[in-house]
Amino acid sequence: MKRPSLTPILCAVPLTVVVVCAIGAHWLAADATEQDVLLGVVPAGTSGHLFGTDQLGRDILQLGIAGARSAVVGPVCIALGSMLIGVVLGTFAGYFGGWADLALTKYADLLLALPTTLIALVVAGLVDGGYWVTVLVLVVLFSPTDIRLVRGAVMTQAARPYIESARVLGLGRLRIMFRHILPNVLPVALATMLLNVAFALVAMSALSFLGLGVGPGEPDWGRQLSDGRDLLGRNAAAVIVPGVLIIVTAAAINLLGDWLQERSVERAGRR
Amino acid sequence: MLRFALGRLAATVVLLLAVSFVVFALLHLAPGDPARNLLGPRPSSPEALTSIRAQYHLDDPFIGQYLRWLGGVVHGDLGQSIRSDEPVTTLLADRVTLTLQLASFAFAITVLAAVPLGIAAASRAGSVIDRGVSVAAIVGVGAPTYAVGLLLLYVFGVNLDVFPVYGAGEGGLDRWWHLVLPAVTLAGGLGALVFKLTRTAVLGELDQDYVAFARSRGLSTRQVRALVLRNAMVPVVTSLGLVFGFLFGGTILVEVTFALQGIGSLLAGSVTFKDIPVVQAITLLTAAVIALTALAVDLFSFAADPRVRKRTTA
Repeated sequence: MKRPSLTPILCAVPLTVVVVCAIGAHWLAADATEQDVLLGVVPAGTSGHLFGTDQLGRDILQLGIAGARSAVVGPVCIALGSMLIGVVLGTFAGYFGGWADLALTKYADLLLALPTTLIALVVAGLVDGGYWVTVLVLVVLFSPTDIRLVRGAVMTQAARPYIESARVLGLGRLRIMFRHILPNVLPVALATMLLNVAFALVAMSALSFLGLGVGPGEPDWGRQLSDGRDLLGRNAAAVIVPGVLIIVTAAAINLLGDWLQERSVERAGRR
Repeated sequence: MLRFALGRLAATVVLLLAVSFVVFALLHLAPGDPARNLLGPRPSSPEALTSIRAQYHLDDPFIGQYLRWLGGVVHGDLGQSIRSDEPVTTLLADRVTLTLQLASFAFAITVLAAVPLGIAAASRAGSVIDRGVSVAAIVGVGAPTYAVGLLLLYVFGVNLDVFPVYGAGEGGLDRWWHLVLPAVTLAGGLGALVFKLTRTAVLGELDQDYVAFARSRGLSTRQVRALVLRNAMVPVVTSLGLVFGFLFGGTILVEVTFALQGIGSLLAGSVTFKDIPVVQAITLLTAAVIALTALAVDLFSFAADPRVRKRTTA
């Protein structure tokens, strides 16, 4: 392998920081939502406010730290949920084939034919359900790719000799599916899940940027960006801090996921 | 050919019917009484509700309502906007030009930059340039358009003061000047996607036996490249549907970020306002464009690639 193994370390550092912020948000950024309307906007570098404040006098740095929570919790749930659907339905379709397979592939095709942002925006916006409904909508929208991926992986595994011999030995279908095929599919699934976390983060922040998902006043990077849009001239840090946070987090997850994916493909090829 | 075309056409019509059904159901999916939703901010006196129910035939069975609505859509009647009380078609007509300009500008940048880069990276696979651009593409595909847009706005609009900050300009050249930053933002993510597709396709072709054969027969690098490119373009063109989907999703965010009055920002505004007829119209329109693109692409690859023809007729 020629690729330098620097990638995982370089990606892990910012991700660890984000996760620590998400877990410790209550302590690290206790006054994130504290408003000081009289103070209003102060530029970065003001004493006590490293990155200044927004229209409501909230501290930009504290909001950024506290926003890590909604940036981690929702996307991780989306990736887990859609992969769960993907593993169950994808294994089913890939192993049994036939009718179930056709129905599931058609369903996946239908969902894939439409742009995710548009559907998420329309459904989450009209249903008006807040953070967790948005998470649910995105789970459904993300699942077709996972179903397809697991289906494909299961189909390549099912054709291998070791499955043939398990079948000859008279092992049950469910046992073959979950005890023998699934463990070999997991590395690819894990890498995809990581990539899904990044896409989910970008999608969720996009929705809160448009004013959906998280409730008003709750710390969230996407919402912080849309609040900061009018402050470009007065305190640009209000846009730069959440913007850089989303970009760096998404990039780190994507690079790590890509690295994992390449490794798992290589390993699967060697076997 | 005719049989294949008719089959694909029928499949597209079925898909669009399914989508139109879901889109129509949106009205009833939204929480609350549809009549009240359609009334919007107007005072909801019993008379007003009754007249809205009569106007939209809300007391008819669901299927009847759907067929009536679909009949209207087929005849170009997309209903009335709740927010502005104008016909939806008028609203769309006012805004579609800007969105098309933005999308085609971004598309042009993408094709001119990403396709050559993808070819170059694949021909020098493993080199520093290849790895650098590939990493940039991984980051670019997953980068949040709105955040990138706002940061570009800060650097080039506010800090360096090269490009206008908001709005769509006066028309003519000024319009395109205003669209530079939005189009570049949109092309960033799109270009990363097209770069990846091109690179994978060219690499796949370079791996084929016919390339080794052509080389061993002594064909020049340029001749080999011409062969490879012709074949590699098929999968790239085939993913145009995917690219258009990406483009539409991105347009919504970019238009909102740069305060452009196009279809995307109309959709975002209409969703927040619960202007359901407008939301239905835009969703259906987008689905139609994407489905027709997919159809055109399929017919194209059928006509252009003998391998596809063989596979589908066999």
